[in-house]
Amino acid sequence: MMSVITIQVGQCGNQIGGQLFQTLIDDVNIKQSQTLVSPFKNEEYKEEVLNRFFTYDTTSSELPKARAVMVDMEPKVIAQTCANAQKSGKWLYPEKQQFCQQKGSGNNWAHGYCVHGPVAQENVMELVQREAEKCDNVSGFLSLLSLAGGTGSGVGAFISKCVRDEFPHAFILNQVVWPYHTGEVIVQNYNAVLTLSHLYRTADALVVMENDSLHKICSQLMNIKKISFKDINKVICHQLASFLQPAPLEKFPDFTIQNTLGEIMDHMVSHPDYKLLTVKNIPHMSEKSIEFSTFQWHGLLKHLRQMLIAGASMEEGIDWQIQVGTETPRGSTSHYRSLANLLILRGKEVNTADTSAFTDPNIYTPWMPTGGTLLQGRQPRSFYQYEKSAVLLSNSRSTIGPLNTMIGKAWNMFSSRAYVHQYTKHGLAEEDFVDSFVTLEQVISNYSKL
Amino acid sequence: MTQSVVVQVGQCGNQIGCRFWDLALREHATVNKSGIYDEPLSSFFRNVDSRYDDPADIPVGSGKGKVRSLKARAVLVDMEEGVVSDIMKGPLKDVFDFRQLITDVSGSGNNWFVTAVYPSAEDDVITSPYNSVLAMRELTEKADCVLPIENQALVDIVNKIGQAVPSARTGKRVYSSVGGNVKAGSEITAGDGGLTKPSDEKPFDSMNNIVANLLLNMTSSARFEGSLNVDLNEITMNLVPFPKLHYLVSSQSPLYSLTDVNLPPRRLDQMFSDSFSKDHQLIKADPKHSLYLACALMVRGNVEISDIRRNIEKLKPNLKFIHWNQEGWKTGLCSVPPAHIHHYTDIDGMEVSNFTESLESLNSLIQEYSDLEKQMNNPPPAEPRLQVLS
Repeated sequence: MMSVITIQVGQCGNQIGGQLFQTLIDDVNIKQSQTLVSPFKNEEYKEEVLNRFFTYDTTSSELPKARAVMVDMEPKVIAQTCANAQKSGKWLYPEKQQFCQQKGSGNNWAHGYCVHGPVAQENVMELVQREAEKCDNVSGFLSLLSLAGGTGSGVGAFISKCVRDEFPHAFILNQVVWPYHTGEVIVQNYNAVLTLSHLYRTADALVVMENDSLHKICSQLMNIKKISFKDINKVICHQLASFLQPAPLEKFPDFTIQNTLGEIMDHMVSHPDYKLLTVKNIPHMSEKSIEFSTFQWHGLLKHLRQMLIAGASMEEGIDWQIQVGTETPRGSTSHYRSLANLLILRGKEVNTADTSAFTDPNIYTPWMPTGGTLLQGRQPRSFYQYEKSAVLLSNSRSTIGPLNTMIGKAWNMFSSRAYVHQYTKHGLAEEDFVDSFVTLEQVISNYSKL
Repeated sequence: MTQSVVVQVGQCGNQIGCRFWDLALREHATVNKSGIYDEPLSSFFRNVDSRYDDPADIPVGSGKGKVRSLKARAVLVDMEEGVVSDIMKGPLKDVFDFRQLITDVSGSGNNWFVTAVYPSAEDDVITSPYNSVLAMRELTEKADCVLPIENQALVDIVNKIGQAVPSARTGKRVYSSVGGNVKAGSEITAGDGGLTKPSDEKPFDSMNNIVANLLLNMTSSARFEGSLNVDLNEITMNLVPFPKLHYLVSSQSPLYSLTDVNLPPRRLDQMFSDSFSKDHQLIKADPKHSLYLACALMVRGNVEISDIRRNIEKLKPNLKFIHWNQEGWKTGLCSVPPAHIHHYTDIDGMEVSNFTESLESLNSLIQEYSDLEKQMNNPPPAEPRLQVLS
């Protein structure tokens, strides 16, 4: 059994974590008739989910406890998150696996990384170690954090480094939330540059989720009128769960493996310079509509493929003009090429769905060997209440657009040295800023060549 | 919970401070009906067992202990004993420990967030301009962040409210310009529901209540839960781009609430817009004709992130931000609405969820630093991005 340990850091990280475990449990608890498989198969699925993400004693009547470590520099969010879990009546956070302070990080990455991080290190690593000991096998770590604030970004980056040092062979997947580009935190671009550059050195992969895109999914696909962070977090967790929930992957013809974190990372990040991943899900619907909608695999996959090559984050507003086969004079393509893709289909008729459009060599960068580009999974047990659903985890050139914009803004602010004194007073030097900029410019340069 | 200590200095500082503690007690009493000493309370109050001569502080612990005796995390300072001793004879006497009173000033800085009241043109203290300039210099050097408040602005706001709110004495009904009746006691100048009885109210109390409410609202996210918490350190971090430029302009909205509970989004959007109006600022400044270095919006109550986003989109085109901070917005969401609005939800059987929001905007707006303002129309050329070897 390959377990995943989740490390939730800061307000955003903890709020998402709470929702993630809830989403996983909700999926496990759907009605038998909605699962589309036999009760036996469903039990297998349920057991796999519980083993991966929860500590669960089948002999006792105790509720499953999340394999999670919670970290924050102020206590309110962790308290709220634990209380919400308890209210659900279906799962809990384990006792004493939380680390809290009273001070906050003040949205200051340097305060998080240089001050709080080292202070928290011993205690937090002890909690991580304790959680690891509860597992038979640790498949890897999933860390949840936002880029904009001070704790998730600064303390999160520091802890990621500590985990890498203490578990050199484990896989680390960082899920990072990109703030709204019109601002949630004024220094968000600095915090993002510093976090991304540091995580790039320690993590295996970074799954990037943007609040702006998630907001559009909520308003245009799910018709939510007054969108809250809770709504956004539900979408995030739906996307994460859709590739983390068990699915057999076709490693070679007639040879399947489980989609453990390790197998996923191995495939997606085969080259150390390319670590940015995005998630595309289809379909996204409001709860009320799910029951009344039916889709065909042909339509779903056609949309998903176009989302991939046009760089769209959802199934509406896709640019259908962009097609494979057109090249600009400089030899780059108008469509977004990928390094690697993971495609998982869940639900009805998965075994007959035609996914050949995703093996088209033109959508991949020429120097990737054919065998390493697409990894497919087909899970007959449906996901949540969706009769058919598909997820595409991609390592492609489309991520660098937002990254480039963010670096531009951060550099512009840095040129005037605005706010830099707030960082230097906590131990960060101007050269550290420049180093981070250099790292990320290199990432952009690499991805542009795909 | 970040815990804060309030230092009240001088007559004005202590009077404002007292309004703050009075209203804070009211706010917590409204939210915390069970009398448990919880995390929100501990941010500003200690829980003390006063049976002993040397009372020990009772920590929050498991969060189930009852409140024994609340003591404000405050230090009261004055050069003369008069004001402070009046406080210790008044209704708030049990909230302060005699050891928290100082009539001798010394001490070094920690993280200082200062609310400073600037005199109005008709101030009766002749030397007030000199005092202000001297104080400013100290504030520029020592404080991390200063919130200047102008008495004239407070007076104008009090008068504006006075025209809109029904007077209890004449029994007249007054209609506000936004349509609908104003709920008595809901204005931010009112001290209803606190420890101080209406008969004990002093002349400056209405103005001081405005400032006290500002402080309550600014610290609300540090005390109560919300989906995007903001504490004072974050305000300082985001609104102070350079060490000396740490003077903030603040405003609040609404100044009073309406009886009509069915508030359409238009009303909420009006609140956002009002907080950028020069009539709502606590110093006499006009945000719309000045250059913004940074801006923070802190919202309380039944408001979600999409409401803030919508309003930022609407307001942005009308405000000028410095070229290196075009998206210079800091946002905060606290789910607990202000008490003086909450206080009235039980009357007429209204639901809490229908009730309203109060909003603040803090603008980091510096007029004297003209070289930054000069960049308003002529931003310098952008520095080229770093080139990496391919």
